[in-house]
Amino acid sequence: MQTASSDTVRKSATAEDGKPDNGEPAIDIQNVTKSFGPQKVLDGITFQVRRGETLAFLGRSGTGKSVLLRIIVGLQTPDTGAAIILGKNMAEASADEISAVRKQMGFLFQHAALYDSLTVVENVAFPLAHHRPDMSDAEKKELVEGLMEEVGLENYLNKMPSDISGGMQKRVGLARALALDPVILLLDEPTAGLDPISSGEIDELILKLQDQHKLASIVVTHDMISAKTIATRIAIMNQGKVLIEGSYDDLQHSDEKFVSQFLHRDL
Amino acid sequence: MAGTPEYPVRPSVFTGMLEWFGEFGSFLWGVFRAALHPPFEGREFIRQLDEIGARSLPLVALAGSAIGVVLSLEARQSLVRFGAKALLPSAIVFAVVTEMSPIITGLVVSGRVGAGIGAELAAMKVTEQIDAIEVSAVDPYKLLAVTRIAACIVCLPLLTVAASFCGVIMGWVATTLVEPVSLTHFIDAGFKGARFQDILPPTFKTSVYGLIIGSVASFQGMRAKGGAAGVGGSATTSVVLSSLFVILADVILVKLIILLFP
Repeated sequence: MQTASSDTVRKSATAEDGKPDNGEPAIDIQNVTKSFGPQKVLDGITFQVRRGETLAFLGRSGTGKSVLLRIIVGLQTPDTGAAIILGKNMAEASADEISAVRKQMGFLFQHAALYDSLTVVENVAFPLAHHRPDMSDAEKKELVEGLMEEVGLENYLNKMPSDISGGMQKRVGLARALALDPVILLLDEPTAGLDPISSGEIDELILKLQDQHKLASIVVTHDMISAKTIATRIAIMNQGKVLIEGSYDDLQHSDEKFVSQFLHRDL
Repeated sequence: MAGTPEYPVRPSVFTGMLEWFGEFGSFLWGVFRAALHPPFEGREFIRQLDEIGARSLPLVALAGSAIGVVLSLEARQSLVRFGAKALLPSAIVFAVVTEMSPIITGLVVSGRVGAGIGAELAAMKVTEQIDAIEVSAVDPYKLLAVTRIAACIVCLPLLTVAASFCGVIMGWVATTLVEPVSLTHFIDAGFKGARFQDILPPTFKTSVYGLIIGSVASFQGMRAKGGAAGVGGSATTSVVLSSLFVILADVILVKLIILLFP
């Protein structure tokens, strides 16, 4: 793996909100491999993400980017290596420990994955309803309405997910991901399928939320413009490996042919 | 071994069945463990009681009524032929309460609820909603499977009582249209000699049907793969398997009731 120097990487955030930040990486991926049958989709992936950093993963379809997110969140286990999230090895942690880690994570799915039997506001309130018995209904309502305002959907509270556009669904998914005030935010193709204007709005929203919440974020995307806008580092994956990791400028100066192909669509 | 031909190992229907039962057993164990650990999903359970119980009531009542009418028409001819027309109320009541209502309720609910649960959970699975629940640190077994299975277990006996009631009443209506008889007399004659084991065990055996329908449909839904085809496949297999297992369970439970309550 070629690791380029990056002077544009933001410094790790301090724990102003009282959330754990002892200088250790929030996400520490160590030599992770994962195969499905004979196909090796992840081949020795290693990286770290601290609070305040955003790492964007780009690569061709089917190169294991989404699998990587699923390993981080504990939906899949690596064949070898370790995904250490907030100090816990997700493959070896107990169910209660995984649950505790997940409460500090927000995950935006590629297609938002909103619960279609619940309204928009109920979707955002879902994590609070299950994990914040200490909050009164009025406090939950105020928090959810605040989140909906933050994502610009305060007028769509009682709509069903099927009644709003794909971009709006992504925003609701983002609000739901932030409901428990997470330390880590994982975004799977946040701008996929959206028009350029909606993509730009989602990017601006993510940047705003990252600044406000000082999150350790990983973004999986095919959208180079989006990656350039929201990420502090960009990693390009090919054949299960991280080919290069660095700032957008570092990538532009890379000698790797695949990186050049990816950035400029050179064939 | 030299000279011994090597045959490729192919998954047969038998190994596929073993695999299914293995996964199903593992699923039931997960559901059982989730069911014992608080907090419980009370609101979702109540929502499922409405979805599975209240919304199945019209269909079950209609099926029960049809049984009552058909039994009255069929039994009358046979009993008249043997000079036992006076036994008509008993024949209707016993047939409806002990066997027809429980099995018809089981099969009707298998069709309506089994398909509904299978399709709903399969759609949630293929659109990553179940993953989203898990990522939110909520146990999908507890939220989705336990609530549906528990609601099925509670609702089936209640629906069976409703089907039996409609069956007996419509049996009387069909009987009295041919030869007027008072409802009081019909009920008295029908339940004459009825014992505890004639009514309660057959009614409560449907809780087992509920367990079967809820668990098979939840399992088929939560293991769905693919898109629309996967959802359709899960709905179909949920209905087919739960109906099949309900019929098989009926055979075993009838024998068990006869043994336990001679």
